[in-house]
Amino acid sequence: MPPEFARAAWLVARKDLAIEFRTKSAFYSALVFSLLAIVVFYFAWDPTAVASVDLAPGVLWVIFIFSGLLGLNRSFGMELADRALDALLVAPVPREAIFAGKALANLLFVMGVQLLVVPAVFLVYNLAFGVELLVVLGLALVAAIGLVAVGTLFSAMVSNTRLAELLLPMLALPFFVPIVLAAAQTSSRVIAGRPVAESLPWLQMLVAFDIVFVSACTLAFPYTLED
Amino acid sequence: MHWLSVVAGAAVVATFVRAMFFTPLEAMQGAAQKIFYVHAPAAWVAFMAFGLVAVASALYLWLKDERLDRFAESSAEAGVVFTTVVMITGPIWGRPVWGTWWTWDARLTLTLILWFIYLGYLVLRGVIEDRAMQARFCAVLGILGAMLIPFIHLSVYLFRTLHPRPIVMKPEAPSLPNEMLVTLLLAFGTFTLLYVAFLRARYAIATQRDRLAAEGR
Repeated sequence: MPPEFARAAWLVARKDLAIEFRTKSAFYSALVFSLLAIVVFYFAWDPTAVASVDLAPGVLWVIFIFSGLLGLNRSFGMELADRALDALLVAPVPREAIFAGKALANLLFVMGVQLLVVPAVFLVYNLAFGVELLVVLGLALVAAIGLVAVGTLFSAMVSNTRLAELLLPMLALPFFVPIVLAAAQTSSRVIAGRPVAESLPWLQMLVAFDIVFVSACTLAFPYTLED
Repeated sequence: MHWLSVVAGAAVVATFVRAMFFTPLEAMQGAAQKIFYVHAPAAWVAFMAFGLVAVASALYLWLKDERLDRFAESSAEAGVVFTTVVMITGPIWGRPVWGTWWTWDARLTLTLILWFIYLGYLVLRGVIEDRAMQARFCAVLGILGAMLIPFIHLSVYLFRTLHPRPIVMKPEAPSLPNEMLVTLLLAFGTFTLLYVAFLRARYAIATQRDRLAAEGR
Protein backbone atom coordinates (compact mmCIF):
# COMPACT_ATOMS: atom_id res chain seq x y z
CA MET A 1 0.00 0.00 0.00
CA PRO A 2 1.53 3.34 -0.99
CA PRO A 3 2.07 5.65 2.01
CA GLU A 4 -0.12 8.48 0.58
CA PHE A 5 -2.99 6.03 0.27
CA ALA A 6 -2.60 4.89 3.87
CA ARG A 7 -2.28 8.49 5.05
CA ALA A 8 -5.43 9.59 3.24
CA ALA A 9 -7.32 6.56 4.56
CA TRP A 10 -6.15 7.25 8.10
CA LEU A 11 -7.24 10.90 7.79
CA VAL A 12 -10.75 9.87 6.76
CA ALA A 13 -10.90 7.31 9.56
CA ARG A 14 -9.70 9.87 12.10
CA LYS A 15 -12.30 12.36 10.91
CA ASP A 16 -15.09 9.79 11.40
CA LEU A 17 -13.79 8.73 14.79
CA ALA A 18 -13.39 12.36 15.90
CA ILE A 19 -17.01 13.07 14.96
CA GLU A 20 -18.09 9.91 16.76
CA PHE A 21 -16.11 10.47 19.93
CA ARG A 22 -17.14 14.09 20.27
CA THR A 23 -20.62 12.90 21.23
CA LYS A 24 -20.07 9.15 21.58
CA SER A 25 -23.84 8.82 21.07
CA ALA A 26 -23.67 6.05 18.47
CA PHE A 27 -21.03 4.19 20.43
CA TYR A 28 -23.06 4.30 23.62
CA SER A 29 -26.23 3.35 21.73
CA ALA A 30 -24.55 0.34 20.16
CA LEU A 31 -23.07 -0.64 23.50
CA VAL A 32 -26.30 -0.29 25.46
CA PHE A 33 -28.19 -2.05 22.67
CA SER A 34 -25.75 -4.96 22.90
CA LEU A 35 -26.01 -5.20 26.67
CA LEU A 36 -29.80 -5.06 26.49
CA ALA A 37 -29.71 -7.79 23.86
CA ILE A 38 -27.68 -9.99 26.21
CA VAL A 39 -30.39 -9.56 28.85
CA VAL A 40 -33.21 -10.24 26.40
CA PHE A 41 -31.49 -13.33 25.01
CA TYR A 42 -30.81 -14.61 28.51
CA PHE A 43 -34.52 -14.69 29.25
CA ALA A 44 -35.59 -15.76 25.76
CA TRP A 45 -33.51 -18.95 25.93
CA ASP A 46 -34.07 -20.84 29.15
CA PRO A 47 -30.59 -21.20 30.65
CA THR A 48 -31.70 -24.09 32.85
CA ALA A 49 -32.67 -26.13 29.80
CA VAL A 50 -29.64 -25.37 27.61
CA ALA A 51 -26.11 -25.12 28.97
CA SER A 52 -24.71 -21.60 28.88
CA VAL A 53 -21.67 -22.94 26.99
CA ASP A 54 -24.04 -23.80 24.15
CA LEU A 55 -26.01 -20.55 24.33
CA ALA A 56 -23.18 -18.05 24.54
CA PRO A 57 -21.75 -18.36 21.01
CA GLY A 58 -25.15 -17.78 19.44
CA VAL A 59 -25.78 -14.72 21.61
CA LEU A 60 -22.32 -13.41 20.87
CA TRP A 61 -22.65 -13.47 17.09
CA VAL A 62 -26.23 -12.34 16.82
CA ILE A 63 -25.32 -9.27 18.90
CA PHE A 64 -22.13 -8.83 16.88
CA ILE A 65 -24.07 -8.67 13.61
CA PHE A 66 -26.83 -6.36 14.76
CA SER A 67 -24.70 -3.94 16.75
CA GLY A 68 -22.38 -3.86 13.72
CA LEU A 69 -25.30 -2.92 11.49
CA LEU A 70 -26.17 -0.08 13.87
CA GLY A 71 -22.71 1.40 13.43
CA LEU A 72 -22.62 0.82 9.68
CA ASN A 73 -25.91 2.61 9.15
CA ARG A 74 -24.49 5.94 10.18
CA SER A 75 -21.18 5.52 8.36
CA PHE A 76 -22.47 7.25 5.23
CA GLY A 77 -25.70 8.48 6.77
CA MET A 78 -23.77 11.17 8.59
CA GLU A 79 -22.18 12.38 5.35
CA LEU A 80 -25.61 13.40 4.07
CA ALA A 81 -25.88 16.39 6.42
CA ASP A 82 -24.87 19.57 4.55
CA ARG A 83 -23.85 17.29 1.64
CA ALA A 84 -20.58 16.60 3.44
CA LEU A 85 -19.96 13.68 1.11
CA ASP A 86 -19.47 16.07 -1.83
CA ALA A 87 -16.74 17.85 0.06
CA LEU A 88 -15.13 14.53 0.82
CA LEU A 89 -15.24 13.53 -2.83
CA VAL A 90 -13.56 16.70 -4.13
CA ALA A 91 -10.62 15.98 -1.83
CA PRO A 92 -7.59 15.06 -3.97
CA VAL A 93 -7.33 11.50 -2.69
CA PRO A 94 -8.21 8.23 -4.40
CA ARG A 95 -11.76 7.14 -3.75
CA GLU A 96 -10.51 3.74 -2.69
CA ALA A 97 -8.70 5.53 0.14
CA ILE A 98 -11.96 7.14 1.26
CA PHE A 99 -13.49 3.70 1.37
CA ALA A 100 -10.55 2.26 3.28
CA GLY A 101 -10.77 5.09 5.81
CA LYS A 102 -14.51 4.70 6.26
CA ALA A 103 -14.14 0.95 6.67
CA LEU A 104 -11.28 1.39 9.14
CA ALA A 105 -13.37 3.75 11.27
CA ASN A 106 -16.21 1.22 11.21
CA LEU A 107 -13.82 -1.58 12.13
CA LEU A 108 -12.58 0.37 15.15
CA PHE A 109 -16.16 1.17 16.10
CA VAL A 110 -17.28 -2.46 15.90
CA MET A 111 -14.21 -3.70 17.76
CA GLY A 112 -14.60 -1.02 20.43
CA VAL A 113 -18.11 -2.30 21.13
CA GLN A 114 -16.97 -5.93 21.01
CA LEU A 115 -14.12 -5.31 23.46
CA LEU A 116 -16.74 -4.56 26.09
CA VAL A 117 -19.55 -6.84 24.93
CA VAL A 118 -17.58 -10.09 24.59
CA PRO A 119 -16.34 -9.97 28.20
CA ALA A 120 -19.87 -9.06 29.28
CA VAL A 121 -21.24 -12.17 27.58
CA PHE A 122 -18.49 -14.26 29.22
CA LEU A 123 -19.41 -12.72 32.56
CA VAL A 124 -23.16 -13.17 32.32
CA TYR A 125 -22.92 -16.71 30.94
CA ASN A 126 -20.30 -17.72 33.52
CA LEU A 127 -17.66 -18.73 31.00
CA ALA A 128 -14.02 -19.12 31.99
CA PHE A 129 -12.02 -15.90 31.60
CA GLY A 130 -8.95 -17.42 30.05
CA VAL A 131 -7.31 -17.78 26.71
CA GLU A 132 -10.79 -18.50 25.26
CA LEU A 133 -11.72 -14.84 25.71
CA LEU A 134 -8.68 -13.72 23.73
CA VAL A 135 -9.37 -16.27 20.99
CA VAL A 136 -12.99 -15.10 20.70
CA LEU A 137 -11.88 -11.46 20.55
CA GLY A 138 -9.37 -12.37 17.83
CA LEU A 139 -12.11 -14.19 16.00
CA ALA A 140 -14.33 -11.12 16.31
CA LEU A 141 -11.59 -9.07 14.65
CA VAL A 142 -11.25 -11.48 11.72
CA ALA A 143 -15.04 -11.61 11.35
CA ALA A 144 -15.36 -7.83 11.67
CA ILE A 145 -12.98 -7.18 8.76
CA GLY A 146 -15.29 -8.94 6.29
CA LEU A 147 -18.36 -7.48 7.97
CA VAL A 148 -17.27 -3.86 7.70
CA ALA A 149 -15.97 -4.29 4.13
CA VAL A 150 -19.38 -5.42 2.87
CA GLY A 151 -21.29 -3.23 5.30
CA THR A 152 -19.43 -0.01 4.47
CA LEU A 153 -20.01 -0.52 0.76
CA PHE A 154 -23.72 -1.18 1.22
CA SER A 155 -23.98 1.75 3.62
CA ALA A 156 -22.65 3.96 0.82
CA MET A 157 -25.20 2.53 -1.60
CA VAL A 158 -28.29 2.79 0.58
CA SER A 159 -27.50 6.01 2.49
CA ASN A 160 -29.35 8.30 0.11
CA THR A 161 -32.37 6.09 -0.45
CA ARG A 162 -35.54 6.47 1.53
CA LEU A 163 -35.31 2.98 3.05
CA ALA A 164 -31.71 3.15 4.27
CA GLU A 165 -32.16 1.66 7.76
CA LEU A 166 -34.27 -1.18 6.41
CA LEU A 167 -32.35 -1.82 3.23
CA LEU A 168 -28.90 -2.19 4.78
CA PRO A 169 -29.76 -5.32 6.79
CA MET A 170 -31.71 -6.71 3.86
CA LEU A 171 -28.74 -6.42 1.52
CA ALA A 172 -25.99 -7.20 4.02
CA LEU A 173 -27.38 -10.13 6.04
CA PRO A 174 -27.04 -12.73 3.26
CA PHE A 175 -23.38 -11.72 3.05
CA PHE A 176 -23.00 -12.13 6.81
CA VAL A 177 -24.24 -15.75 6.73
CA PRO A 178 -20.82 -17.31 6.02
CA ILE A 179 -19.21 -14.97 8.60
CA VAL A 180 -21.67 -15.88 11.34
CA LEU A 181 -21.54 -19.57 10.52
CA ALA A 182 -17.75 -19.65 10.66
CA ALA A 183 -17.48 -17.49 13.77
CA ALA A 184 -20.20 -19.33 15.68
CA GLN A 185 -18.86 -22.76 14.78
CA THR A 186 -15.31 -21.82 15.76
CA SER A 187 -16.20 -20.02 18.98
CA SER A 188 -18.53 -22.76 20.21
CA ARG A 189 -15.64 -25.22 19.88
CA VAL A 190 -13.20 -22.84 21.54
CA ILE A 191 -15.55 -22.11 24.44
CA ALA A 192 -16.16 -25.84 24.87
CA GLY A 193 -12.40 -26.17 25.37
CA ARG A 194 -11.60 -27.88 22.09
CA PRO A 195 -8.40 -27.03 20.17
CA VAL A 196 -8.52 -24.23 17.59
CA ALA A 197 -7.05 -26.58 14.98
CA GLU A 198 -10.39 -28.40 14.90
CA SER A 199 -11.99 -25.30 13.37
CA LEU A 200 -9.28 -24.72 10.81
CA PRO A 201 -11.54 -25.11 7.71
CA TRP A 202 -13.86 -22.44 9.14
CA LEU A 203 -10.99 -20.08 9.88
CA GLN A 204 -9.58 -20.55 6.40
CA MET A 205 -12.95 -19.71 4.91
CA LEU A 206 -13.27 -16.64 7.11
CA VAL A 207 -9.86 -15.32 6.07
CA ALA A 208 -10.63 -16.06 2.42
CA PHE A 209 -13.89 -14.15 2.81
CA ASP A 210 -11.99 -11.16 4.24
CA ILE A 211 -9.44 -11.15 1.42
CA VAL A 212 -12.01 -11.51 -1.36
CA PHE A 213 -14.54 -9.00 -0.04
CA VAL A 214 -12.09 -6.36 1.18
CA SER A 215 -10.57 -6.31 -2.33
CA ALA A 216 -13.89 -6.52 -4.17
CA CYS A 217 -15.63 -3.87 -2.08
CA THR A 218 -12.68 -1.47 -2.31
CA LEU A 219 -12.66 -1.81 -6.09
CA ALA A 220 -16.45 -1.53 -6.32
CA PHE A 221 -16.71 1.55 -4.10
CA PRO A 222 -15.97 4.20 -6.80
CA TYR A 223 -18.97 2.89 -8.75
CA THR A 224 -21.31 3.70 -5.86
CA LEU A 225 -20.57 7.43 -6.03
CA GLU A 226 -22.02 10.08 -8.26
CA ASP A 227 -19.70 11.03 -11.07
CA MET B 1 -48.86 -11.21 -27.04
CA HIS B 2 -45.46 -11.82 -28.57
CA TRP B 3 -45.09 -15.06 -30.53
CA LEU B 4 -42.19 -16.14 -28.29
CA SER B 5 -44.39 -16.07 -25.18
CA VAL B 6 -47.07 -18.10 -26.99
CA VAL B 7 -44.55 -20.71 -28.15
CA ALA B 8 -42.91 -20.94 -24.72
CA GLY B 9 -46.28 -21.21 -22.95
CA ALA B 10 -47.48 -23.92 -25.34
CA ALA B 11 -44.19 -25.82 -24.97
CA VAL B 12 -44.45 -25.78 -21.17
CA VAL B 13 -48.05 -27.03 -21.33
CA ALA B 14 -47.00 -29.78 -23.75
CA THR B 15 -44.17 -30.80 -21.41
CA PHE B 16 -46.57 -31.09 -18.49
CA VAL B 17 -49.05 -33.12 -20.53
CA ARG B 18 -46.21 -35.48 -21.34
CA ALA B 19 -45.00 -35.50 -17.71
CA MET B 20 -48.48 -36.19 -16.33
CA PHE B 21 -49.87 -38.68 -18.81
CA PHE B 22 -47.08 -40.14 -20.92
CA THR B 23 -44.26 -40.59 -18.40
CA PRO B 24 -44.29 -43.64 -16.09
CA LEU B 25 -44.88 -43.27 -12.36
CA GLU B 26 -41.82 -43.50 -10.18
CA ALA B 27 -41.85 -46.79 -8.25
CA MET B 28 -41.04 -45.44 -4.78
CA GLN B 29 -42.53 -41.96 -4.81
CA GLY B 30 -45.52 -42.43 -7.06
CA ALA B 31 -47.27 -39.30 -8.30
CA ALA B 32 -45.29 -37.05 -5.93
CA GLN B 33 -42.25 -37.43 -8.15
CA LYS B 34 -44.04 -35.57 -11.00
CA ILE B 35 -43.16 -32.28 -9.33
CA PHE B 36 -39.57 -33.09 -10.26
CA TYR B 37 -40.34 -31.92 -13.80
CA VAL B 38 -41.13 -28.44 -12.46
CA HIS B 39 -38.66 -28.25 -9.60
CA ALA B 40 -35.41 -29.25 -11.30
CA PRO B 41 -35.81 -27.19 -14.49
CA ALA B 42 -36.91 -24.15 -12.50
CA ALA B 43 -33.77 -24.47 -10.36
CA TRP B 44 -31.60 -24.77 -13.46
CA VAL B 45 -33.15 -21.67 -15.02
CA ALA B 46 -32.88 -19.69 -11.76
CA PHE B 47 -29.16 -20.40 -11.41
CA MET B 48 -28.58 -19.60 -15.08
CA ALA B 49 -30.54 -16.34 -14.75
CA PHE B 50 -28.46 -15.18 -11.75
CA GLY B 51 -25.25 -16.18 -13.51
CA LEU B 52 -26.27 -14.01 -16.46
CA VAL B 53 -27.07 -11.13 -14.08
CA ALA B 54 -23.48 -11.26 -12.84
CA VAL B 55 -22.06 -11.39 -16.38
CA ALA B 56 -24.27 -8.52 -17.58
CA SER B 57 -23.43 -6.50 -14.44
CA ALA B 58 -19.68 -6.86 -14.94
CA LEU B 59 -20.03 -5.93 -18.61
CA TYR B 60 -22.19 -2.95 -17.66
CA LEU B 61 -19.57 -1.52 -15.32
CA TRP B 62 -17.05 -1.90 -18.12
CA LEU B 63 -19.01 -0.76 -21.18
CA LYS B 64 -21.70 1.44 -19.51
CA ASP B 65 -24.25 0.23 -22.06
CA GLU B 66 -27.82 0.69 -20.80
CA ARG B 67 -28.98 -2.41 -22.64
CA LEU B 68 -26.77 -4.55 -20.39
CA ASP B 69 -28.40 -3.02 -17.32
CA ARG B 70 -31.87 -3.65 -18.69
CA PHE B 71 -30.82 -7.22 -19.40
CA ALA B 72 -29.55 -7.67 -15.81
CA GLU B 73 -32.76 -6.16 -14.45
CA SER B 74 -34.93 -8.47 -16.53
CA SER B 75 -32.86 -11.57 -15.82
CA ALA B 76 -32.82 -10.92 -12.07
CA GLU B 77 -36.59 -10.60 -12.00
CA ALA B 78 -37.09 -13.76 -14.04
CA GLY B 79 -34.57 -15.52 -11.78
CA VAL B 80 -36.48 -14.53 -8.67
CA VAL B 81 -39.70 -15.86 -10.22
CA PHE B 82 -38.09 -19.21 -10.99
CA THR B 83 -36.42 -19.38 -7.55
CA THR B 84 -39.82 -18.76 -6.00
CA VAL B 85 -41.14 -21.72 -8.00
CA VAL B 86 -38.24 -23.80 -6.65
CA MET B 87 -38.92 -22.69 -3.09
CA ILE B 88 -42.62 -23.53 -3.40
CA THR B 89 -42.31 -26.87 -5.20
CA GLY B 90 -39.40 -28.03 -3.00
CA PRO B 91 -41.31 -28.30 0.30
CA ILE B 92 -44.39 -29.72 -1.48
CA TRP B 93 -42.17 -32.48 -2.82
CA GLY B 94 -40.08 -32.81 0.31
CA ARG B 95 -43.00 -33.40 2.66
CA PRO B 96 -44.22 -36.74 1.18
CA VAL B 97 -40.78 -37.95 0.07
CA TRP B 98 -38.36 -36.82 2.79
CA GLY B 99 -41.01 -36.56 5.48
CA THR B 100 -40.21 -32.92 6.15
CA TRP B 101 -41.06 -29.57 4.57
CA TRP B 102 -37.61 -28.19 5.07
CA THR B 103 -34.14 -29.41 5.94
CA TRP B 104 -30.94 -27.36 6.22
CA ASP B 105 -29.34 -29.28 3.43
CA ALA B 106 -26.52 -27.46 1.62
CA ARG B 107 -28.36 -27.00 -1.65
CA LEU B 108 -31.56 -25.85 0.04
CA THR B 109 -29.78 -23.29 2.15
CA LEU B 110 -27.84 -22.01 -0.83
CA THR B 111 -31.03 -21.55 -2.85
CA LEU B 112 -32.76 -19.81 0.05
CA ILE B 113 -29.94 -17.31 0.48
CA LEU B 114 -29.71 -16.78 -3.27
CA TRP B 115 -33.40 -15.91 -3.18
CA PHE B 116 -32.77 -13.36 -0.41
CA ILE B 117 -29.87 -11.76 -2.28
CA TYR B 118 -31.89 -11.16 -5.41
CA LEU B 119 -35.03 -10.09 -3.54
CA GLY B 120 -32.77 -7.43 -2.00
CA TYR B 121 -31.50 -6.66 -5.49
CA LEU B 122 -35.03 -6.01 -6.74
CA VAL B 123 -35.85 -3.84 -3.72
CA LEU B 124 -32.68 -1.83 -4.28
CA ARG B 125 -33.76 -1.25 -7.88
CA GLY B 126 -37.11 -0.04 -6.66
CA VAL B 127 -35.85 2.56 -4.20
CA ILE B 128 -33.21 4.34 -6.30
CA GLU B 129 -34.82 6.84 -8.61
CA ASP B 130 -31.77 8.04 -10.49
CA ARG B 131 -31.49 5.66 -13.44
CA ALA B 132 -27.69 5.70 -13.86
CA MET B 133 -27.11 5.30 -10.13
CA GLN B 134 -29.60 2.46 -9.99
CA ALA B 135 -27.75 0.69 -12.79
CA ARG B 136 -24.34 1.07 -11.14
CA PHE B 137 -25.48 0.04 -7.65
CA CYS B 138 -27.32 -2.99 -8.94
CA ALA B 139 -24.36 -3.99 -11.08
CA VAL B 140 -22.15 -3.90 -7.98
CA LEU B 141 -24.66 -5.97 -6.02
CA GLY B 142 -25.10 -8.39 -8.94
CA ILE B 143 -21.35 -9.05 -9.02
CA LEU B 144 -20.89 -9.29 -5.23
CA GLY B 145 -23.88 -11.63 -5.02
CA ALA B 146 -22.24 -14.00 -7.49
CA MET B 147 -18.97 -13.79 -5.53
CA LEU B 148 -20.83 -14.72 -2.35
CA ILE B 149 -22.20 -17.97 -3.77
CA PRO B 150 -18.98 -20.03 -3.39
CA PHE B 151 -18.68 -18.89 0.23
CA ILE B 152 -22.26 -19.82 1.05
CA HIS B 153 -21.76 -23.12 -0.71
CA LEU B 154 -18.57 -23.84 1.22
CA SER B 155 -20.01 -22.81 4.58
CA VAL B 156 -23.24 -24.76 4.31
CA TYR B 157 -21.23 -27.73 3.06
CA LEU B 158 -18.87 -27.51 6.05
CA PHE B 159 -21.84 -27.05 8.33
CA ARG B 160 -23.54 -30.13 6.99
CA THR B 161 -20.52 -32.41 6.95
CA LEU B 162 -19.42 -31.48 10.45
CA HIS B 163 -22.92 -32.30 11.67
CA PRO B 164 -23.94 -35.46 9.84
CA ARG B 165 -27.55 -35.41 8.77
CA PRO B 166 -29.83 -38.11 7.36
CA ILE B 167 -28.81 -38.92 3.83
CA VAL B 168 -31.10 -37.07 1.50
CA MET B 169 -32.92 -39.34 -0.87
CA LYS B 170 -32.91 -37.85 -4.32
CA PRO B 171 -33.44 -39.37 -7.74
CA GLU B 172 -30.20 -39.24 -9.68
CA ALA B 173 -30.56 -37.95 -13.19
CA PRO B 174 -28.38 -40.53 -14.98
CA SER B 175 -30.20 -43.47 -13.40
CA LEU B 176 -33.56 -42.33 -14.77
CA PRO B 177 -35.46 -44.56 -17.15
CA ASN B 178 -35.48 -43.29 -20.71
CA GLU B 179 -39.05 -41.89 -20.75
CA MET B 180 -38.37 -39.89 -17.60
CA LEU B 181 -35.08 -38.60 -18.89
CA VAL B 182 -36.68 -37.40 -22.12
CA THR B 183 -39.43 -35.63 -20.16
CA LEU B 184 -36.85 -34.05 -17.89
CA LEU B 185 -34.69 -32.83 -20.75
CA LEU B 186 -37.81 -31.53 -22.48
CA ALA B 187 -38.72 -29.66 -19.27
CA PHE B 188 -35.23 -28.13 -19.11
CA GLY B 189 -35.58 -26.97 -22.70
CA THR B 190 -39.08 -25.55 -22.34
CA PHE B 191 -38.28 -23.81 -19.05
CA THR B 192 -35.25 -22.19 -20.67
CA LEU B 193 -37.52 -21.09 -23.51
CA LEU B 194 -39.97 -19.70 -20.95
CA TYR B 195 -37.09 -17.81 -19.33
CA VAL B 196 -36.15 -16.29 -22.69
CA ALA B 197 -39.79 -15.28 -23.24
CA PHE B 198 -39.97 -13.68 -19.77
CA LEU B 199 -36.67 -11.95 -20.39
CA ARG B 200 -37.86 -10.55 -23.73
CA ALA B 201 -41.14 -9.30 -22.29
CA ARG B 202 -39.46 -7.75 -19.25
CA TYR B 203 -36.74 -6.22 -21.38
CA ALA B 204 -39.35 -4.63 -23.65
CA ILE B 205 -41.03 -3.07 -20.61
CA ALA B 206 -37.70 -1.71 -19.36
CA THR B 207 -36.90 -0.24 -22.77
CA GLN B 208 -40.26 1.49 -23.03
CA ARG B 209 -40.03 2.80 -19.46
CA ASP B 210 -36.62 4.31 -20.16
CA ARG B 211 -37.86 5.82 -23.44
CA LEU B 212 -40.87 7.34 -21.71
CA ALA B 213 -38.66 8.79 -19.00
CA ALA B 214 -36.36 10.30 -21.63
CA GLU B 215 -39.29 11.83 -23.56
CA GLY B 216 -40.96 13.09 -20.41
CA ARG B 217 -38.09 15.44 -19.72
